[in-house]
Amino acid sequence: MVYLDHASAMPVDPRVLAFARRYLEEEFGNPSSLYDRGLSTRRAVEAARGEVAALVNAGDPRSIVFTGSATESNNLAIRGTVLRNRRKGKKVLVSAIEHISVMNPAKDLQKQGFELEFIPVDEYGAVDLAALEGLLTPETILVSVNYANDEIGTLEPIREVSRVVHEAGAYLHVNATAAAGRIPIDLQEDGTDLLTLSGNDLGGPRGAAALYIRPGVKVQSMMPGGGQERGLRSGTENVFAIAGMGEAARLASREMADEMGREQAIRDRLIREVLEVEEAALTGHPTERLPHHASFRFSRIEGESILLNLDTFFDIQVATGSACSSRTLEPSHVLLAIGLTHEQAHGSVVMTLGRSNTVADVRYVADAMRETVGRLRGISPL
Amino acid sequence: MEERPQIGYSKRVMDHFMNPRNVGEVEDADGVGLVGNPVCGDLMQVTIRVEDDVITDIKFKTFGCGSAIATASMVTELAMGKHLDEALAITRQDVADELEGLPPVKMHCSNLAADALHEAIEDYQEKKKKKEAEVEA
Repeated sequence: MVYLDHASAMPVDPRVLAFARRYLEEEFGNPSSLYDRGLSTRRAVEAARGEVAALVNAGDPRSIVFTGSATESNNLAIRGTVLRNRRKGKKVLVSAIEHISVMNPAKDLQKQGFELEFIPVDEYGAVDLAALEGLLTPETILVSVNYANDEIGTLEPIREVSRVVHEAGAYLHVNATAAAGRIPIDLQEDGTDLLTLSGNDLGGPRGAAALYIRPGVKVQSMMPGGGQERGLRSGTENVFAIAGMGEAARLASREMADEMGREQAIRDRLIREVLEVEEAALTGHPTERLPHHASFRFSRIEGESILLNLDTFFDIQVATGSACSSRTLEPSHVLLAIGLTHEQAHGSVVMTLGRSNTVADVRYVADAMRETVGRLRGISPL
Repeated sequence: MEERPQIGYSKRVMDHFMNPRNVGEVEDADGVGLVGNPVCGDLMQVTIRVEDDVITDIKFKTFGCGSAIATASMVTELAMGKHLDEALAITRQDVADELEGLPPVKMHCSNLAADALHEAIEDYQEKKKKKEAEVEA
């Protein structure tokens, strides 16, 4: 089995599981309880907050709010910030290649009367800074741009985006789900106001994510209740998942540089070999991309067929931005936004590496890809 | 082959995806049906040979997803050896039923497969009419 879909789901790091499982089995107290069994889990949550803050150089750990998923963090960031600051204006800007968990809260605001505009990107998926400047007005409350795109791997020029957004007096939210733990993120340098992180994407368990909120930025709670997480996200903390996220963040801080270099070397070779397949092309930026990320398109065949073929005949798992694997059958909005035609967008395959992948996988995958493309083009009338 | 829960395909769909029947093009086909559009993500081609109003050979080619391949393969199996009237009566529901169901979002694939078959038959019938008219003239 060769698993190449780490951007969709990561296995939990066994060290993380070993660390966190005691918060399921032994230390099960409620962090809001004042007796010792509660206080020990409170300490675990606060330790995790410190590790997550350190991973992205957030400064004060209290700027980290734990949530249940990256989707929830994105909702809190977008809806929470815009609704809380509605007196400022009514405009929201979102890059054209954002994840659906950013797009949909923004569209929800639009239905409530806010003005939503999409920031165009270039052929590689990088935000068009001049266009962004043109779209910003004093009425703009919030801009949302992903740190790196999960589908095409392109890294955004976050520092430049941050400068332009702040010059206009707006807040910047960055969805760093795909990037955190993969590349160094420095919030003090980037100047981001809100940043989404996902525990699972760091190698932690599902069920914990975080939102960094720069001190002073006012955000409205999306989940009123018992007042946990500074009142911004009520609900008894998922201590197991939060402790796991903290441990995963600690390991990422320590090991990221080595793992990044290792995966990038394998990834570069994977790109070279797969591009030898006839009529294959790389999507996203050739160099300014996540180190574990490769994304391709193949003409005259369809992505879901490629995915099924690789899975069924070769036990290789990949993702696709193909229309036919989605519920709506619409081609990926990311691929259309970078200027691909509908026809080109249909043949997309995304491969994201993780700790389990080796150089030996590359030759196997390239051979499998060659056979898959040959077989499917043999069936294709094009 | 196990069912693929992520897409929800039945064993039958996966069998036809893995081992599609009647792939290719009938040489000097009597009828050709080509429906769909690669821009929409699906293109289905069915070619037939007809003797005494019976389909004696049928092949398909498709640009599309797993269920596009499976439905095209299934429609060729259903139509092979059938009288043209019977083949024209094959519906997309027949194709989906024979495949033990398709996810709702994929039903359009069975539609395309049946449409391509019907178009190939109509193409044959039109050519036949033309020939007959030429003979009469």
